[in-house]
Formats: sequence, C-alpha cells, structure tokens
Amino acid sequence: MEIDPFIFRLSIFILSIFVGYYVVWSVTPSLHTPLMSVTNAISSVIIVGAIIAALAGSSTEIFEISNIFGFFAIILAAINIFGGFLVTQRMLQMYKKKKK
Amino acid sequence: MTPNLSALFYLISGILFILALRGLSSPETSRQGNYFGIAGMAIAIIVTFLSVGNYGMGLVYVLVFLIIGGSIGAFIAFRIPMTAMPELVAGFHSLVGLAAVFVAISAFLKPEAFNLGTIGNIKLASLIEMSLGAAIGAITFSGSIIAFLKLRGIMSGSPITFKGQHLINLLLGIAIFFLIYYLCISQSSNIFWSIVLISFFVGVLLIIPIGGADMPVVISMLNSYSGWAAAGIGFTLENTALIITGALVGSSGAILSYIMCKGMNRSFFNVILGGWGATDQGSSSQSKEQKPVKSGNADDAAFLMKNASSVIIVPGYGMAVAQAQHALREMVDSLKKNGVKVSYAIHPVAGRMPGHMNVLLAEANVPYDEVFELEEINNDFANCDVAYVIGANDVTNPVAKSDPQSPIYGMPVLDVEKSKSVLFVKRSLSPGYAGIDNDLFYRDNTLMLFADAKKMTEEIVKSL
Repeated sequence: MEIDPFIFRLSIFILSIFVGYYVVWSVTPSLHTPLMSVTNAISSVIIVGAIIAALAGSSTEIFEISNIFGFFAIILAAINIFGGFLVTQRMLQMYKKKKK
Repeated sequence: MTPNLSALFYLISGILFILALRGLSSPETSRQGNYFGIAGMAIAIIVTFLSVGNYGMGLVYVLVFLIIGGSIGAFIAFRIPMTAMPELVAGFHSLVGLAAVFVAISAFLKPEAFNLGTIGNIKLASLIEMSLGAAIGAITFSGSIIAFLKLRGIMSGSPITFKGQHLINLLLGIAIFFLIYYLCISQSSNIFWSIVLISFFVGVLLIIPIGGADMPVVISMLNSYSGWAAAGIGFTLENTALIITGALVGSSGAILSYIMCKGMNRSFFNVILGGWGATDQGSSSQSKEQKPVKSGNADDAAFLMKNASSVIIVPGYGMAVAQAQHALREMVDSLKKNGVKVSYAIHPVAGRMPGHMNVLLAEANVPYDEVFELEEINNDFANCDVAYVIGANDVTNPVAKSDPQSPIYGMPVLDVEKSKSVLFVKRSLSPGYAGIDNDLFYRDNTLMLFADAKKMTEEIVKSL
C-alpha cells in the first residue's frame, strides 16, 4: 500500500517540533523578547495561503468573497512580516558589548 | 513552477527560519539570524507568486495590498517605544490569528483553488485541518486582543472571574470538537461559521480571568497558539514552509510559557485557570501599618552607593512604567566613574513579557555583558554592598523562601536581602501584584526611597 502524503507532512511537523525544542532552549534569555517578535514575523508565512486565496480562479473572480478574505489576510500578514522583522532588527541593533 | 520545485523552495525557507531562531543563541549572531528569516520569507512569497502563475490584474492588487500592509507594519515598527513591546507583540499575535481564520474561510469557500476538492465535497482530512486552524486562529485573535487591551491599560489588569467560568470554557471546548465532527459529516457552512464564532468567544473567556502580572505567560501561550494555527493551515495547504514554521513557533511559545511558569513556581494550569492576584488585601493591610520602615532621600542613596565597591541593580516592571532606564544608565555611569562595580540582575518574570527588561536596558545602551540572569548572579548579593531595587517587588520578597503559607512560596527570588544595604525605590508601601506584603521593606538594612523611579534616579544622579 502506498503511504499517504499526509504521513510525510506529519513527519516533517513532528521533526520540526523537536528541532524547535532544541533550538529555542539554546536561545539566550536576554533575547527572549526578540525571539517572540521574530517567531511572530515568521509565522506570518501564512501569507502564502493568503496569496493563493486572493488569486484563486480567473481574474474576473478576484472580487468574490473568498478572494476578498484572501486580500484582507494579505494585509494582516504583511503588517506582521514587515513590523515583526523590522522591530526585531531595531531591538537587536541595541544589544551592544562593553566597550573596552 | 512545478509543485515539486516549489515544495523544495518552501523547504529552504523553512530551514532559513530555523537558522533565524538559531541565531538568537547569542547577540552577536542574532542580527545575521534575522536576515536569514527575512530571506526565508522573501523566498516563500516569490515562490508562491511563481507557482500560482495568475498574472492578471489580481497580481497588481496583491502587490498593492502587500505594500499597504508592509507600510503600516514598518511605520509601527519604527515608531513603537520599547516599553510598549508587550502590547505590540500581543497585537501582532492577534493579526496572525485573524489571518489564519481568513485563509481557512477562503479555503472553505473555494476549496478547488487549494486542491481540496469541491464545495460540499471537501476532503475529510482537509476539513479537519482547516477547522482546527480556524478555531485556534480565532482563539489566538480574540485572546490576543484581550491581552493587548489589558497590557495597554485600556482594560483593567485585574482578573475577571464569575461562577461556572471553567465549566463554560470546558463545554464550549467540547462543543467545538462536536461541531468539527458534524462538519465532517455534513459539510455545512453554518457549522463552519459556528466553529469560528464560538472560538472567538472562547479566546475572550480564556484570557479575561488572567491577571496583569501573569501576562508573560499569556503572551508566550498566545505565541504558541499562533504557531499551531499556522501549522493547521500549513497542513490544509500542504505547504512545508508553513508546517515547519508552525511547529517552530508553537514549540517556542510553549517553552517560553514553561520558563515563565517556572519563574513564578506555578503550574501552567494554575496560571491559565486564573483569578490570581485578586486575593483579599484586607487581612494583610491591618498589620503592616505598625511595622517601622526606614526611609531616605536621594542624597542618602547617593552617599551609600558612592562609597560602595559593588552595586547590583534589580529592575522590574515599575522601571518600564516610569521610563527610568535612561536615567538609570546615567546613574550607573557616574557610579562607574567613582570606581564602583555595577551589574544588573534580571528575574525571569520581571516585566510583562519574557526578556522585557533586557530590551529596555539595551535601549538605554547598557552593555549586555553587564546584565545577568537570576542563577548567574544570585550568589553575588552576599558580597555586594548595595542592591538598588527599581520597580521590582514580588521577585525580591524573601517570604518566598521562608513562609510556606505565602502564595508566592517556592518562587525563585533574587536574594536582595543578603547585600549589606538595600535601596528600594517605590512610590508607596502598597503590595505588589501578588497582593502580598514585601518583608524586605521592614528589614534593618533596607532604606526605602519613596518616589517615582525616574525622578528618584535623576535626583541621585544630581547628588552624585
């Protein structure tokens, strides 16, 4: 019997949880706030789904209700992507070592 | 672009996201890590454009909306003061949650665009995945909105509880699972909408009973939820980047919640069930008035610290509220000129989100190698001359070590009382968020400085 592709995705998911577990434990506590803002930014990769939703169907369909939900999702995710990465960058720039 | 090729590119962006988090293991590599994250995001977006392959007017609209959202985001990122980071992050979580709901809705309304079957005949697995994604997304959205309102001070930080609260939450939770089951059987859109609505409601109910001081746990938890919502949508869309990211963010938020709970010596469920911090203050306030307290002024404090050989600063949420971090750094600079050794001690739950104090100190140009975590510095209090407590309270309370009756008993605290003298900046003797009296106020070696944190620190700078 062939293996359902769902099982492969589930494997990726579970392995990623383990990767996340070990990677996040190695994050230094002083960077926990940037960690939250950057995880927030990367979870906005959901914009991928938003773009597919917005562009679904032929070009006459873009004002259908499901496409409009896609467009709204694009705005929300874009706020998060730009806001998240930029504010993380702003924070990280402030972390400086003692001047010798 | 063929689906296989784009899947490989999505994998690459997933790996770049892992590297982005990996970079945060030290401040030196963190900036590079952030660029990895940006690169991963750019790849994911470009690959999506190429694989959709619909280059009509739609593409123009998408770019316009992308630019609108991006400009709003960039504007917020540059304008937001560092003290407002907790509410910013809560606000951002709500957007991820809502975006997940919207994507799930549009996948439900137009399943053929996502290869999920046709309306009324959506694949079973996809239905489960998208309704889970929508439900978790909706909970994340409304929960984060409440967290945002509480952190912003628009809504009171005190817990809102009522009879049967937990029972209602439990019933609503069960209802969601039943509705998902019926959705799979009937494919009815009414049931789908009910799931979304009930989940919005659950998000509100989950967060209102949690008090202001527990916000670090709440923010971390919502961070985790936003990850699981993204993963749910990732399964629906069969998108590797989204699945990897969802798992990373989900586990990251879960670990942070765990660290925060440990910092308060409370179980996760104890925090989530809420109602803490609303304890009656009547019984404790009677006895406390009689106890003698030594209080001093800025000159006394300046004299003590100038003649010390080492000083440890203990910042807390009050420092953020008073925006005292810059004044504090000035004070430390003049102390250093006098040859005093200064370091900073940060409790895991100081502030309203994980790492909040570290960011504020970094903003005030405090080098990060002078800032220490609880375990690193706690033994040093015994050898230090002055501990300067600014805006912290419960995290210094020695009662946590001595009184098993106390609600904060067993919580790891900074051993501030072991230093030769303690300077405690506070506006009044009122108890902290836990609603309990701080034993430290009445110790012989404690000098209370009754003032606003920023004003007092500025006055000390003047008299140094």
